[in-house]
Amino acid sequence: MKHLLSIDELTADDLRDVLRITPSFAEVAQRRISKVPALRGQTVALLFYEDSTRTRLSFEIAAKRLSADTLNVSVKTSSVNKGESLRDTAETIEAMGIDAVVVRHRSSGVPWQLTKWLDASVINAGDGWHQHPTQALLDCFTLQQQLGDLSGSHIVMVGDIKHSRVARSDVQALTMLGAEVTLVAPPTLLPPAIASWPVRASHDLDASLRDADAVYLLRMQSERQHEALVPDLREYTTRYGLTAARAAALEPKVPILHPGPMNRGVEIAADVPDLDQVVVVDQVRNGVAVRMAVLFLLLGSGSEQAMPDEVATAGATR
Amino acid sequence: MGERERRGAPPYGGSFVSRAQVMDVDQIRRAVKRMAHEIVERNGGLDGLVIVGLQTGGVEPAIHLVEALDTIEGVRVPLGTVDVAFHRDDIGLRPVLPEAPTDIPIELDARTVVLVDDVLFTGRTVRAALDALQDFGRPRAVQLAVMVDRGHRELPIRADYVGKNLPTARTEAVAVTMNSVDIGEMVK
Repeated sequence: MKHLLSIDELTADDLRDVLRITPSFAEVAQRRISKVPALRGQTVALLFYEDSTRTRLSFEIAAKRLSADTLNVSVKTSSVNKGESLRDTAETIEAMGIDAVVVRHRSSGVPWQLTKWLDASVINAGDGWHQHPTQALLDCFTLQQQLGDLSGSHIVMVGDIKHSRVARSDVQALTMLGAEVTLVAPPTLLPPAIASWPVRASHDLDASLRDADAVYLLRMQSERQHEALVPDLREYTTRYGLTAARAAALEPKVPILHPGPMNRGVEIAADVPDLDQVVVVDQVRNGVAVRMAVLFLLLGSGSEQAMPDEVATAGATR
Repeated sequence: MGERERRGAPPYGGSFVSRAQVMDVDQIRRAVKRMAHEIVERNGGLDGLVIVGLQTGGVEPAIHLVEALDTIEGVRVPLGTVDVAFHRDDIGLRPVLPEAPTDIPIELDARTVVLVDDVLFTGRTVRAALDALQDFGRPRAVQLAVMVDRGHRELPIRADYVGKNLPTARTEAVAVTMNSVDIGEMVK
């Protein structure tokens, strides 16, 4: 594997491989000295054209726990502000000698474009409404921790599906692992092509929650909404928010996930995040481990340029 | 030969074909028992001792050593496992994947660690394991127990406890289970 751009470019085996080795990386964080020399001498550039706290920090700490050096290209303080093109920025940082670029951009497809310009590995940390593959990996890992094998389990995802790259990536990954997914949203927040997705769609949250094995809440992305897609937030909360009453009706063993940052009082009632079954903190913790696994697979273990095909195959089949 | 070496041995992958058995199940059992006695003798008991098996080939022998020590001294020595994937010196040169999470159940400060592996060959795996142990504290001493020492060291490392010294050619392969030790070749 040279790049990680989207979930649908992975096979189910690739996906399972990442999830299988992730506990080894989670263990590193538990050590008294939680840093291993695996990627010593490699440099990872974090190129974020959109605001992000947890994803950027998560990639940064993941790289550092593996002893890779990190370069933060903060768009607000860089030449991008002087009108430098994406290509020029990318080629400039590559010329300084980097091995991987982690990129987030508001436009779909930017990571693919970067692979045409750069020799470095490219990791998609979110492109527009399109993909956020490491989020899907950490969500699958967290759900597996909670539910075991996901085959046949029923995951209810609720919220702003239309503008959500998390939903697109997670639906692909979850269905690849055999889970059944129901997407719940008002009609205006479902993507027009929903019929072609391998999911059920619903406008009735209470009915969908009755046989849910896990609930995944998406953030109301007001920054992506240029038109009034919901009449007002209070009505949205009443019909599609995880209110205290809805949370209380769930079995205590049904995990509640959220990719963060949460809008307390909108998609999730103010005190629901404090329930034991909310696993948002696990998601954050697992995110570091999953991103370590991805960086290691791309830069350490499976670096194809360093290995003949037969070697790569032998490693993949273990 | 552990999974690690099997994957890495030329011609990379392939399967092991045995030419001759060099130890049978009774000989292995006696060797483990003897090594356990040597560990007790050398350390004057089992105080502060920890057994750590290397993933994956060293884990079974480590479990058997812990049991043998229990039989001799009536003490259950703490057992851990270490995966050296993140500390190897050939990362990026050949496929390296972690096998299973490292599990060191206690702080290693001021303890004596007996590292256990199936086959001692180049010594590079043991070098990586010594590195990995540092993340868990500062042991008083680290000793090395291996089921088979097949020679061809590339680093200044030697075993303290050896099940069997087995002269080999570099191109040969050694396969260790707790039922049989075989010498043979890797065939593609």
